[in-house]
Order: sequence, then structure tokens, then C-alpha cells
Amino acid sequence: MKSKIFLTIKILIIFILISFNLKNIAMASTFSEEQTINITKNLRCLICQGQTIHESNSDFAESMKKYIKGELENGKTNDEIFSSLIEKYGQWIVYDPGISKNTLLLWTLPLLLFLIGGAIIANRIFKKDYEN
Amino acid sequence: MSENQIFTDFEVVGLIEEKQINFNEVLTGKNFYLINIWSSWCEPCKDESEYLLELKKNTPVMMIGINYKDNKKNALNFLKLYGNPFDQIFIDKQGTISINFGAYGVPETFLINEENEVLKKYIGPLNDEDVYEIKNISNN
Repeated sequence: MKSKIFLTIKILIIFILISFNLKNIAMASTFSEEQTINITKNLRCLICQGQTIHESNSDFAESMKKYIKGELENGKTNDEIFSSLIEKYGQWIVYDPGISKNTLLLWTLPLLLFLIGGAIIANRIFKKDYEN
Repeated sequence: MSENQIFTDFEVVGLIEEKQINFNEVLTGKNFYLINIWSSWCEPCKDESEYLLELKKNTPVMMIGINYKDNKKNALNFLKLYGNPFDQIFIDKQGTISINFGAYGVPETFLINEENEVLKKYIGPLNDEDVYEIKNISNN
């Protein structure tokens, strides 16, 4: 009787350990899958028309997805992956170009135009007030 | 790594011997290397093979083949049928090695120097003009 109870407990422990491990593996792969999707949504498929790597099923996009998965498995961060792909394919590969010396004007131009426009409007208002 | 240098620190497996080696070790001892991405299912690669054979014969360039998303049997048959211009061939089953080079697909060819700098990149099959250009660069 005792040995049967022990056997049942042993089986239960093994079952719990296995299911816990499987859950962890599933969570890890989901996380990596989500991260891959986030990265590929910000990458342009360079041989397609207006598609992201995530949307495209082209040969190039499929290779790129596998490459990114591999890089994530090797412990690379999103930023490291983006910068290595920019090195290989140029800034054009990313949809969100980020701030760099090449894109500084792109990022600051709207703000500059807003400030200049604001200054012109303010100048006219104050000028009118002064004249009145 | 300078702007023009290709990334070479990754493992590759040979098509014939299936031996694993770091790609850095492949790029030693020569002034110029021609990396050609090809596949047996790629139609333009068949037309390109005569140009690669000519480069093999008439230049001191080390010819490196990257066999892209292919199977060994078909790849070896292709080489038997169209000739083998390569000094070394490595397999790229997943297409990820080609991504390391910054390639878009097949065929694609990179002429690089001893500092791993890309001197020329040819997207699509090589032609007479490309062969002339590669000969000029590598023989001078």
C-alpha cells in the first residue's frame, strides 16, 4: 500500500515538473515570437512593394524572419538587430528611422517650421496690437 | 567595422565536406574574393555560370560559392552540369548567411578585398561588362 502511495506521489511530482517546464518553454517561445513580430513590423521588405517584412511571404522576408529569430536566440537586443541591419542594407530598411546625424533634419524640420510659423504669427499679432 | 566592410564572423558549413568553419578563416591569403550566391533552382544562375568559369580561369580571385536554400543532390548535379567555378562552397539552407552579407536573393555577387571591404556588388546575374570590370580590378 505504502509503495503504491509513494509511486503515485512520484508520478505526480514528475507530471508537475514536466508541465511546469513545458509552460516555461511555451512562454519563452511566445515572447520571442512577439519580439520577432515587433521587429519585422518596423522593417521594410526591400524587394516588395509597400510591405513590411512581417506582411511579406517573399523569399527575402522569410530569410529575414529566420535571421531575426536567430539573432534574438543569440541574445541580441532589438536595437542591436536594427543597427546591424541598417549597416547591411542602409537606413531605408527601417520604417522608423530613429534620430541619427543623417535623419536629424527630418526629425527637427517639423519643429523648426512650427517655431518659425509661430514666431511669424506672434510677430503679426504683436505688431497689430502695437499699431492700435 | 568600416561602412563598406561585410560581416564575416559567423559559422559556415561546406557543401561537399560538410565541415563547419568560421567564415573569417575562409577569407585569408588572397587579395580579392568573389562571393557568389547561387542555387540549382535559380534560372539566371545557369546563364551566369560561364562568366564565373571565365573569372576562375583568368583572375587571381578566390571564388566562394554560397549555395542558397538548395539541397545537396541538386546543387552537386548543377555543378556537374554547368561546371564548378568555386574554390570553396558553403551552404545557406535558411538564407540567413546571405542576410549577413546584405544580399537580397539569388544570384548576387560581391567582390571584396583583403580588408573585407565590398568593392563591387552585383545584383542579378553577371554579364560581360561585370566580368571585364572584375578582371580589371583584380588583375591590377
